[in-house]
Amino acid sequence: MNARSSTAHSVVEPSLTSRRVASVLVIVYAFVTLIPLFWIFATGFKTPPDSISYPPKVIFEPSLEGYCNLFTTRTRQTSEYIAQLGPPEGICDEVTRRREMVIAGTSNYAPRFINSVIIAFGSTFLSVFLGVMAAYGFSRFKVPLKDDLLFFILSTRMMPPIAVAIPIYLMYRELGLSDTKLGMILLYTAVNVSLAVWLLKGFIDEIPREYEEAAMIDGYTRLQAFRKVVLPQATTGIAATAIFCLIFAWNEYAFAVLLTSGDAQTAPPFIPTIIGEGGMDWPAVGAGTTLFLIPIFIFTILLRKHLLRGITFGAVRK
Amino acid sequence: MAEVVLSHISKKFGSVTAISDVSLTIGNGEFIVLLGPTGAGKTTLLRLVAGLETADAGTISIGGFDATKSAPSSRDVAFVFQQYSLYPHLTVFENLAFPLRSPIRNMSEKDITAKVKEIAGLLRIEDKLQNRATQLSGGQMQRVAIGRALVRSPSIYLMDEPLSSLDAKLRGDLRVELKRIQHVMGATVLYVTHDQMEAMTLATRIGVMKEGHLVQVGTPREIYTDPVDLYVASRLGTPSINSLPSKDFQVAGIPDTVHTIGLRTEHLQIRKGKKGSFIGTVNYVEHLGDQDYLHISINGHELVTLSNPDDGLSTGDEVSLEFVNALYFDRAGNRVHRGKHP
Ligand SMILES: Nc1ncnc2c1ncn2[C@@H]1O[C@H](COP(=O)(O)OP(=O)(O)OP(=O)(O)O)[C@@H](O)[C@H]1O
Ligand SMILES: [Mg+2]
Repeated sequence: MNARSSTAHSVVEPSLTSRRVASVLVIVYAFVTLIPLFWIFATGFKTPPDSISYPPKVIFEPSLEGYCNLFTTRTRQTSEYIAQLGPPEGICDEVTRRREMVIAGTSNYAPRFINSVIIAFGSTFLSVFLGVMAAYGFSRFKVPLKDDLLFFILSTRMMPPIAVAIPIYLMYRELGLSDTKLGMILLYTAVNVSLAVWLLKGFIDEIPREYEEAAMIDGYTRLQAFRKVVLPQATTGIAATAIFCLIFAWNEYAFAVLLTSGDAQTAPPFIPTIIGEGGMDWPAVGAGTTLFLIPIFIFTILLRKHLLRGITFGAVRK
Repeated sequence: MAEVVLSHISKKFGSVTAISDVSLTIGNGEFIVLLGPTGAGKTTLLRLVAGLETADAGTISIGGFDATKSAPSSRDVAFVFQQYSLYPHLTVFENLAFPLRSPIRNMSEKDITAKVKEIAGLLRIEDKLQNRATQLSGGQMQRVAIGRALVRSPSIYLMDEPLSSLDAKLRGDLRVELKRIQHVMGATVLYVTHDQMEAMTLATRIGVMKEGHLVQVGTPREIYTDPVDLYVASRLGTPSINSLPSKDFQVAGIPDTVHTIGLRTEHLQIRKGKKGSFIGTVNYVEHLGDQDYLHISINGHELVTLSNPDDGLSTGDEVSLEFVNALYFDRAGNRVHRGKHP
């Protein structure tokens, strides 16, 4: 009976003036929020003197020094020593020698970045996986004390996670989870799972039970019906939840500083420790931050397709 | 196809009794139609047979096996839902193929394609096979939903108002088609509808439900001519049965317990003029095309009956009425049978 209203959408077209006002607002807002990002991006391509010059340079000669410094460690040498070396190998060698230094080895940025990827994606996967399961259970079954459990899950988010930093620090030390990737994955999952359960429960509640019932009558078990009928329709919710979880885990700083220092250190606590001669190596920090933004950027763009497609599903009746 | 036996089934949702002590045997190849007002428990009864609800009491056997506690997937039934019948993330083809691709059926992709094509042809949706389920009209969706049941040959088809969102023409076509399919395949069907025409033409037997009870089960003819109470009598017949209080009408040989006289068109003989048992006045005439609805007022009550447009009756005419084999009901609405020799 509602087939018509749910298959044909008619949306009131906004007027030309309101569209113009909206575009102007969006452009201004985007501009304001993008300035810091642009500044970081630009700093990555400055030379160290340019990056701290006053007044700040908007026009400058781009250099790869920041990126070179980000990935290498360097030692100062005498110009005689440098002169007697062979021709420079690659652009970084050249840039480094100009500062009377030679490349001594690789920096920790790459392993820290990889740690970030493993920990953030690992905990996102785990949060969403647990979240979908729990949300489905809460949505479809008579769970004893359902409302209390849901409230309990929500209540874990009521206090800032960092408030329990000390107990967690002590606990992790006892359990041998300090400075391990597993420890960080579990920690971020614990923080994210409540958000995941609540978000996903909303989405799964919206999927009529009749679909699973139909699938079960058609000869599928509940688990198969869940996989073939519920999951595909929950992609919107899963994508949205995954993005939220990933952004939290990717950017988390406080716990990462507290609990990781070596093997499992993620990029956020590492980047501020990049120090050049005579203070912060701002171009390297800019370069590290720029690279650090890329995965989230790609992930969001990839999932955007799902977010949009999910919305057009709508409800089908009859 | 198989015989399905429900015995003494009851089901409560919290304090609401949805089904109360229902027993029904659906014979192999039978087409049983459930009639009843909204909330009578028709959908619940189908869901109990499908295993989507578990009965509080009673047993269900399908094809000789006790299925009271089996999972839906192992009961081998097909269900056409009242709502939400198609998977919105799949195409029409995938929707139709879905039951066949179930791991327990293990059918080859070639056989699946052939079967889907066959059923799509039957329901005239071949050209929609590659559409997404969301890109269909309500009527097309409902046809695909029926198709999703028909691709299989289950023990029993359970259909919950499958034709309700179709236009009159298509509804008529599909009704005939369903009857033909059922005849050819010898399918066992339990079917819910609010449409009398569907009930009368499709059913081998009709079950009338009221507040969770199965009030009467019988052939369409029995339900129509021999209803057990006024409630059942009022489910069938257009216009619906007229009920007049017996105290205002002196009918010879009427049992004392009779409280209400039930009159359908065939229980009335109407003639122009004033010579007869009862005299009434034509209030107005509704023209339906091939027939007229005659609204007659008689002893302060109103009757609606069918008449032939050629009878030449018009508003204001005085008419005489005779009651022929009227149905009698007592104060509680139960049928009172005439004495053997009226
Ligand atoms: N899951 C449920 N929880 C609680 N009550 C329910 C549930 N399903 C059905 N009921 C109740 O059981 C009764 C019978 O409902 P049912 O859906 O079987 O009616 P129906 O005869 O199919 O009506 P309709 O013609 O409107 O489809 C109703 O009173 C309904 O409110
Ligand atoms: Mg119903």
